[in-house]
Amino acid sequence: MGEVVWTTLRLAGLTTALLLIAATPIAWWLANRRAWWKEIVAAVTTLPIILPPSVLGFYLLVAIAPQSPLMTPLHAFGVRTLAFTFQGLVIGSMVYSLPFAVQPIRAAFEAMGPRPMEVAATLRASPLDAFVTVALPLARRGFLTAAILVFAHTVGEFGVVLMIGGSIPGKTEVISVRIYQLVESLQYGEAHRLAAGVVAFSFAALLALLLVDRRTDEAVR
Amino acid sequence: MSVEGRFAGRFGGFAVDAAFALAPKGITALSGPSGSGKTTLLRCIAGLARVSGELYVGGEVWQDGRTFLAPHRRPVGVVFQEASLLGHLSVRGNLDYGARRVKGAPEIGFDDAVDLLGLAPLLGRGVANLSGGERQRVALGRALLSQPRLLLMDEPLSSLDAGAKAEILPYLERLHRSLAIPALYISHDAGEIARLADKVIYMREGRIVPGEAEPTLEGVDAATRDRLALAALRAGLSV
Repeated sequence: MGEVVWTTLRLAGLTTALLLIAATPIAWWLANRRAWWKEIVAAVTTLPIILPPSVLGFYLLVAIAPQSPLMTPLHAFGVRTLAFTFQGLVIGSMVYSLPFAVQPIRAAFEAMGPRPMEVAATLRASPLDAFVTVALPLARRGFLTAAILVFAHTVGEFGVVLMIGGSIPGKTEVISVRIYQLVESLQYGEAHRLAAGVVAFSFAALLALLLVDRRTDEAVR
Repeated sequence: MSVEGRFAGRFGGFAVDAAFALAPKGITALSGPSGSGKTTLLRCIAGLARVSGELYVGGEVWQDGRTFLAPHRRPVGVVFQEASLLGHLSVRGNLDYGARRVKGAPEIGFDDAVDLLGLAPLLGRGVANLSGGERQRVALGRALLSQPRLLLMDEPLSSLDAGAKAEILPYLERLHRSLAIPALYISHDAGEIARLADKVIYMREGRIVPGEAEPTLEGVDAATRDRLALAALRAGLSV
C-alpha cells in the first residue's frame, strides 16, 4: 500500500512541476495577444476539461504507441513506446491537467495588466528580466492555485491512467486504480482506508485553495 | 541637452503628427484638451508606443527610419498618472528596482533622492497602504534613481485630491530647482504649469499647435489701451 501511495505522489509532484513550467509560456502568450484566433489555442488547451477521460486516454495511447510518428524519433534512443510506463503516465497527466494550470496563470497575468511590465521597462529591465522579477512574483497566487489544482487533479485521475498506464504495481499503479481493483475483488477494508485518505487529502487541498483565494491581494497599483 | 523629434502615424482611429522640441534643461509643460494625444506623445518618447518618426536626445538617435531603441534601453524616467508602484516590493524595493539596473556611478544618489522627496519615513513600508501623495513621491523617486537623462511625467497630480496636490507641489518645485536634465510635464492645470514650467507647448488633435498665450497689452498704443480700459469698465458697471 505504501508503494501505490508513493507512485501516486511521485506522479502528481512531477506532473505539477513540469506542467507549471510548460503552461507558463502558453498562459503568458494567451494573456498578451489581442488577436481573436488566440482563443482557438485557448479552446484546445481547455479541451481536456470536457473530453471524456476514455477519449483522451485513447488518443494518448495512440500517440505514445510504437507505431506513432511522435515516437519514431525516440526509437533511435532505444525507446519504442511510452505506453504502460511511468514517463508515459506523466505525459498523459500533463495533457489531462493542462487547463488547470493554464487557466489560473493566464487569469493572474491578465489581472496584472500591461502597466507593471511598462514600469519595469522604463526602469531599464529587459523583457526577460521584467518577466522574472515583476510578472512572475505578481502572478504568484495564480501559480499557487494552479499547483494545488494540478496536484489534486492528478491524484484524483482515473480513466486516463487506467488506459495508458496499465496499472503495473510499483510503476504505474496509482491509488484511484487500486481502489477500483480492491472493490472489484471485494476487499472493502483496504478500499475504505485508501478512499478515506483520498477524501481527506482532497478536502485539505480544496481548503488550501480557498484560503489562498481569500488572502486579500496586495494592490498592484 | 537637446530633445527634439517628430512622430507621425495612427493609433487605431487617432492620427498623430507632432513635431516638438523640449527646453534643454528644466521643465517643458505639455498642455492641451483631453484626447489631444499628450499621453500618446509621451509614450512614443519613452518607446512604449511606436509610430514612425524621429527622436533625437542629446545628439543620440533614439528613433529614426532605421533605429528604434527598446524602452529599457532609453535612459528615461517615467512617472505615470497613477503611481503604478510594483505591489510585490516595498518602498525601498521600488526605489532600488531601476537604480540596481544602472551601470556606472549614479549621478542622483539614493540619499539625495530620499531627502529631496522626504521618503525616509516610508522606506521600510509596503506600497499597499501609502496615501496617494506618498505613492506619487515614491514613483518620482524611483524614476529619478534610474538615472534618467530625460524625465517624463504624465499628469502626476491629476489622480490626487486637493490636499495631496498641495502636499506634493513643493516637492516638485524643489525638484525643478535642482533638476539638471530636461523634463516633460503633462498637465492641463494652469496653476501647476505656472508654478513649474520653463516652457509650454500645446497639443490639439494630435498636433503641436502655436501657444494659447494669455492676451497681453504689450505693443498696444496708449489710445487703444485707454479705449479698452474704458470698455472693460463700462462692461463691469452694466452687469
